[in-house]
Order: sequence, then structure tokens, then C-alpha cells
Amino acid sequence: MNTNKNSYIFIYASVMVIIVAFLLAFVSSALKPIQQKNVELDKKKQVLAALNIFEKDAEAAYNTYVKADQLLNADGTVAAENGGFAVENAAVSEAQLPLYVCEVEGETKYVLPLYGAGLWGPIWGYVALNADKESIYGVYFSHSGETPGLGAEITNRDKFQVPFIGKKALDADGNVVISVVKNGKVQNPDTEVDGISGGTITSQGVDAMLKSGIGLYKAFLTKKCEKACPAAACDSTACPASVPATAIQVVNQ
Amino acid sequence: MSLFSKQNMEALKTPLGMNNPVTVQVLGICSALAVTAQLKPAIVMGLSVTIIVAMANVIISLLRNTIPNRIRIIVQLVVVAALVTIVSEVLKAFAYDVSVELSVYIGLIITNCILMGRLEAFAMGNSPWPSFLDGIGNGLGYAKILVIVAFIRELFGSGCLFGYQVIPQWCYDHGYINNGLMLMLPAALIIVGCIIWYQRARHTELQEEQN
Repeated sequence: MNTNKNSYIFIYASVMVIIVAFLLAFVSSALKPIQQKNVELDKKKQVLAALNIFEKDAEAAYNTYVKADQLLNADGTVAAENGGFAVENAAVSEAQLPLYVCEVEGETKYVLPLYGAGLWGPIWGYVALNADKESIYGVYFSHSGETPGLGAEITNRDKFQVPFIGKKALDADGNVVISVVKNGKVQNPDTEVDGISGGTITSQGVDAMLKSGIGLYKAFLTKKCEKACPAAACDSTACPASVPATAIQVVNQ
Repeated sequence: MSLFSKQNMEALKTPLGMNNPVTVQVLGICSALAVTAQLKPAIVMGLSVTIIVAMANVIISLLRNTIPNRIRIIVQLVVVAALVTIVSEVLKAFAYDVSVELSVYIGLIITNCILMGRLEAFAMGNSPWPSFLDGIGNGLGYAKILVIVAFIRELFGSGCLFGYQVIPQWCYDHGYINNGLMLMLPAALIIVGCIIWYQRARHTELQEEQN
């Protein structure tokens, strides 16, 4: 058979493309539900990682520790008690601010989603704040394509993420003060964390991501109230500095 | 012809040494630079490429008599791209952690010159079984160079192997510092260059005639 005839080439190319397209479409749609589940489970694991929880059964642990996935308005009031989980980190904006209200060892923690740009692609993460809405309880960062050994080291828990624990995220005026500085150039250990040498642009990306991501929640975080509770129950000035965990649960219900 | 005839074993073995895809054919240099800052991604990339080259080689070898000569590169590209996409989708569904670990590398495989090089040079002219062996051999030959380069880069660049600290703190206390150059891409090029130099110096038959 003459495989160099134009008609043969056209038919060959068309048949090949149709077969491949059908195959890919079939594989993609057949595997979609399983992939979706994996993505959700992975997101739960990431939220838990920000809370320094690494349990095997992430599904159960998430249900235990995360009490609500709220949606906030830009002014810090609660728009919806549930539905924050469905918001992708990339889609977080003033119009929809997901807030994970969690409870670890009887204390309330707030987990905020983060999203920013690294050197090669997007980076994202979660930051868990203590009930005082100022100090950092834990962080989690991830990336899609930073350089291994350099920018990708932002996922290194011991070297990069653990140093964030206990740092101050906001100052008294509600400005985001937590920053990532050049490796070895930390001057204010309360608010600064060492960057990654050789991963400067990714480190700067994390810095910018923290500033913008936490900054979106300024209204909520400066309202020094234990919880984003109904206005009647909690006036921003009359609110006690710390409400016992049991009281929070009552409000939750 | 038996399955493991001398000729077939040759297809499997020579890419590991005398016909190494990276150091002799000089293919796949791009990814050899990109993923060798640490050992783990280097090994994962090496294995993924081995599997994909072997599968692509078999498919192209089966189709080789039907492929129109004028669009053969496109056909090869479509086969490789489809294969890589399917593998990536399956990994996402059944081994999510691995797929996160591999992230961009899976996509990078499509652009790996070794694939096109082997499809064009071997699979287009040989039957499926030798093509399969050739794919495995070239994949492993590629993986071997990746591991050597990654070993040197991770050890001297960050003092670790597989992410574990191997250079003791004692050395750092006495003034030893990690070589930052090793983490940069040029270091990989220099190391690959040194490996090629070493191999050609030892095996003079690889050297071109001087005139």
C-alpha cells in the first residue's frame, strides 16, 4: 500500500486524532470522580497541616478539628456558616472569604487560605492563627512547579514552615507584619522568617502571598472578638479578650 | 530469533554505557539539568521516562509500517502526548501523592528529546520486542546519569542525600559551607560535561577522528 498518498495521509491523521481524542475524553471523564475526591482529601490534609496535624485518616481528623468552613464578608461579618471549603484558594477575594474555624485541644484556631505567585507558577498555602488573631499557630505552603532544592523548599516543613510558628502576623493596627526576608538577614525575630537561599523569588512570592492573603481578612482579624459571632452577642468593643472554648461552641450551634 | 538474543541484549545494554542517551547521543540534556538538584525527583523522573519510552517505542513499532513517512513526527508526538496524559490522569486518580510529587515532571516527559530520538532512530525500524528493550535500556541509561548528577549536586549543594543531612554539623561549625553553585543549573551542565569528558577519555573509540 502506498502510505505516501495524500488521501491516505489525511485519513490516517483524521482516524488517529479521533481515536486519541475519544480515548483521552473517556479516560478523563471516567476518572474524574475519583480525582475529585483525591483533590478534596488533599485540601483537607493541607488545612490540617497548617494546624500541625498529620493524622493518617485525614477525613476523620478534618471532621474532628474543623468546626465550620465559614464564608466572610469583606467587613468581617459571617455571610454563610458553610461553603468555605468549596472556594478554591485562587478564587478567594473580598467577595468571598473562606474561614476555617477550628478547635485544637480546646482552643479556637482560624485557618485562612493563601494564594500567590512563585517563580514558575502558582504557590498556595494555609495559615492558622491563634484565637488572639495575631500570632501564627502553623502554616502550610505548596506549589505547582518551583525548582526542586530551591524554591520548592517552601514545602520543607522543618526548615521553612516550622519557623513561622509563634511569629506575629499582625501588629496592633492590623497591618500584616509577618515577612520572609533574605536568608540570614532576620533582624526582628518576632515577625521575620528566613527565606530560602537560591529561592529568592519564591521566597518573595511567599512574603507577598502572606501579606495580601492575610490582608484580605483585616476587618475580621482586627475585630478583637473571640469569634465572628452575631452582632448582638458580640460588640467589637464590649467583647471579652478571650472567651472559653465552650462558649464558642454554644455560639456555633 | 529468541527473546534474549545477543542482538536484543545489545539494545538493552549499550544505552547504559557506550551508547548512553545523555552522554553519547546527547539527548535529554534539558531535563537532566532541571530535575537533578535532588536525588528523589531525579530517580522518579528516570523511572517515569523509562516506562514512557518503553511503551511509546512498542506502540510506534507496532504502527511503523502504517505510518505515512511525511507525518511520522506528528504521529510520534501524538502517541507520546496521549500516553503521558493518560499516565498522568491515572496517577491522579489512583496514586494522588505520587502525582503531586511528580507535578510538572510528567508534563516535561513529553518534551524529552530521548523519546523522539528513540522513536525516530529505533522504533520506526524495529519490531516491538527489541523496541521495548531499547526503550528500557535508554530510560535506565538516562536515569543513571540523572542519579549521578543529582548525587553530586545534592551532596555538595545542600549537604543532604534524599533530603537527609549527611554532612555533619561539625563540619559547618568549622567553616564548611554548602556550594551554592551546585544548586544552580550551570552546575548540572558542568557535571554532565565532566562525565562526558571522563567517558570519552576512557573509551577512545568514542572520539572523532582528528584531521
